[in-house]
Amino acid sequence: MTTDTLSDNRLSLSDATAGESLGRDAWRRLKQNRAAMVSLVLLVVIAVTCLIGPYLLPWGLADVDWNAFSAAPSLESGHFLGTDANGRDLLTRTLYGGRVSLSVALVATFVSLVIGVLYGAISGYVGGRLDSLMMRFVDIMYSLPFMFLVILLMVVFGRNIFLIYAAIGAVEWLDMARIVRGQTLALKQREFIEAAHALGVRDRKIVTRHLIPNAIGPVIIYVTLTVPKVILLESFLSFLGLGVQEPLTSWGVLISEGTDMMQSAPWLLLVPSLFLAVTLFCLNFLGDGLRDALDPKTR
Amino acid sequence: MADNLLEIDNLSVDFQLPNGTVSAVKEVSFSIQPGETLALVGESGSGKSVSSTAAMRLLPELAQTSGAIRFKGEDLLSVTPKRMRRIRGNAISMIFQEPMTSLNPLQRIGAQIAEVLEKHLGLNRRQARPKVIELLEQVGIPEPSRRIDSYPYELSGGQRQRVMIAMALACEPELLIADEPTTALDVTVQAQILALLKDLQSRYGMAILFITHDLGIVRHFADRVCVMRHGELVESGTTGEVFGNPQHDYTRMLIDANPRGRKAPIDTTMPMLLEAEDVRVRFALKKRLFRASEYFEAVRGIDLSIRRGQTVGIVGESGSGKSTLGRALLRLLKSRGEIRFDGHDIATLDTGSMRPLRSRMQVVFQDPFGSLSPRMTVGEVISEGLRVHHPELNRRQREAQVIEALEEVALDPAMRNRYPHEFSGGQRQRIAIARALVLKPEFLLLDEPTSALDRSVQVTVIDLLRDLQQKHDLTYLFISHDLAVVRALADTVLVMKEGEVVEQGNTEEIFANPRERYTQELMRAAFVDAAA
Repeated sequence: MTTDTLSDNRLSLSDATAGESLGRDAWRRLKQNRAAMVSLVLLVVIAVTCLIGPYLLPWGLADVDWNAFSAAPSLESGHFLGTDANGRDLLTRTLYGGRVSLSVALVATFVSLVIGVLYGAISGYVGGRLDSLMMRFVDIMYSLPFMFLVILLMVVFGRNIFLIYAAIGAVEWLDMARIVRGQTLALKQREFIEAAHALGVRDRKIVTRHLIPNAIGPVIIYVTLTVPKVILLESFLSFLGLGVQEPLTSWGVLISEGTDMMQSAPWLLLVPSLFLAVTLFCLNFLGDGLRDALDPKTR
Repeated sequence: MADNLLEIDNLSVDFQLPNGTVSAVKEVSFSIQPGETLALVGESGSGKSVSSTAAMRLLPELAQTSGAIRFKGEDLLSVTPKRMRRIRGNAISMIFQEPMTSLNPLQRIGAQIAEVLEKHLGLNRRQARPKVIELLEQVGIPEPSRRIDSYPYELSGGQRQRVMIAMALACEPELLIADEPTTALDVTVQAQILALLKDLQSRYGMAILFITHDLGIVRHFADRVCVMRHGELVESGTTGEVFGNPQHDYTRMLIDANPRGRKAPIDTTMPMLLEAEDVRVRFALKKRLFRASEYFEAVRGIDLSIRRGQTVGIVGESGSGKSTLGRALLRLLKSRGEIRFDGHDIATLDTGSMRPLRSRMQVVFQDPFGSLSPRMTVGEVISEGLRVHHPELNRRQREAQVIEALEEVALDPAMRNRYPHEFSGGQRQRIAIARALVLKPEFLLLDEPTSALDRSVQVTVIDLLRDLQQKHDLTYLFISHDLAVVRALADTVLVMKEGEVVEQGNTEEIFANPRERYTQELMRAAFVDAAA
């Protein structure tokens, strides 16, 4: 921080153009955090592998190798990570499962982000009666048991992967809305919001240009915490048999199946668990790193 | 010198930061004799607080200290942490600037004072209680035997500072370090606290290391003065010497940094620009759905009229309703009563019809850190109003106006791509002024625009405001608790207390000859005699 002196109004020209944006500043600090950077790289590797890996492997999602039922991992047979009880290649299935798990995580988180941020910002900014009304609706949604909601959706629409997206997204935005509303209530008191009013800026612009960008720090951190939560929720649903349908699979389904054969074929449990665990670890480290990088106090 | 109570010898403090080392204090030496008051004076960033915190060994881990701090011959920098804990709060104690946050909000004040006694004198709860009541009585808390069980939120700012003083005095220290103890308080409360400190000092015979940026206080309070700047000691001497015959340019500048000059009187035939009648603002304390809500009336029926080119000053202490009144006049708050701006009855306009008028009446707020969005560049901040009121301008035209506005407030236009956190307080205040000016307003509400700034910066901002007023024929409503600033800028003054006008009239008349008792009290407390 520059000190106030008599020459207060003069900064030298040479460093005048070297302004450092907040985003770049945060990125620089994130780069210094080794755990977060390793996590970021690993996440990218996992995502890319899940995307293109299945095309490089000789086995399809539902291809049965009649010569290898519950075969252990081996290099010779081409089943690098073994096969399941039906003779399907585990690596192939884990990568396909990763697509489902990661896409559920992305879509559900994105949905919760958009709804939650807008809902929370509007509720907090408008305040008064509307705020009470909107927040009571959130309370009601909270009080509905999640499983009840999912089962109800299943009964009405049948089993469908989009239902999982919808069900998880419909629940996850509640937390986000509360967080953003809290931020907004605090920001609303700040003088720059009042200055915007004095300039005659429209309410819509105040929300999008002043409130949301300043609330984005906690939001980003919460997003990285939501992603693992969503993956775990999907796994939980699939574990209970309410999730994705055969032959499609997800990490949760694979783990569920793996537990049945834990004694005779431990790799069926270990491989998908490892993928899931590494992803979640990475996300948590990345979340921590982002929180520190975006916190102005660490600057 | 064996009779020195505290001797600071060649003290340097460096902070290791990720982007290099910052030297906060550079080879500073001074000493305090028993029973005297030494004032450490400087502006923000001068290292005055860091040097005193170093004496308490309370600096953060990343600070590197060299030199020696001797308390009665014992080097505090090399004693064990255990020994240091025995000295802290016992032989040396400290009071801080923020009375609102220095007390634990979840503990009764009695328990917080008793903690010091239990720690250092080995008393138990029951033994400590009468002593705590005695201490509270000494620092002037009314009904101490009842107040001892209060929580901090039940006390006013001044009372909390008294509790902090009681805590610091609990073990009858030989040295009291007071770090800006009155800065956050209203002037009348400030005067009471200073009188209390003086009184307690003569009773206990303790030395006081008084850290402040306010030279007015120093002149009345200190025996000796040390002036610091950029971590260096530039001048020291007795108060009489330093004020009577300052040796260093910086000291001279600080002493002269009182707002000077007077506003040139305006033509009294100028038309009225803003007129308000019986303005009232109330806040709901408790909103109830089906019953009548409870209200607090912050502004209670105020009449006001400002001519074109005039500056009206509003003076008052915190809670007087002066800022609320200002916001109501700009229609940033709902109010009752009539407000006319240039003939338009704006009290009844809705948001949409108010918008075109907004470019003609602008505002500059107090807090240079809170009034700029931290995620917008300076250029974006300044051009925002242009986007609203002149949507026909293209990017380049907007940019040209931003550059012009920045030059007007004496900032380098090349800095428009930077973010607010890279600027000092005074620079941010200039940015806020540029944001208002870019719309070419006729009326400017200045809500304590200089209160958060150092004196020397304050003077430059005041000069800027004065120049801009002349150049653009601006009309100001200047809200401040700082009488010296108002005196330098305003044609007429309104003194407010508890939402009502106590006294109003021509600035010179009011300052020369205040009629109401409250105004007289304010003037005395603010040492305006010294500032003139």
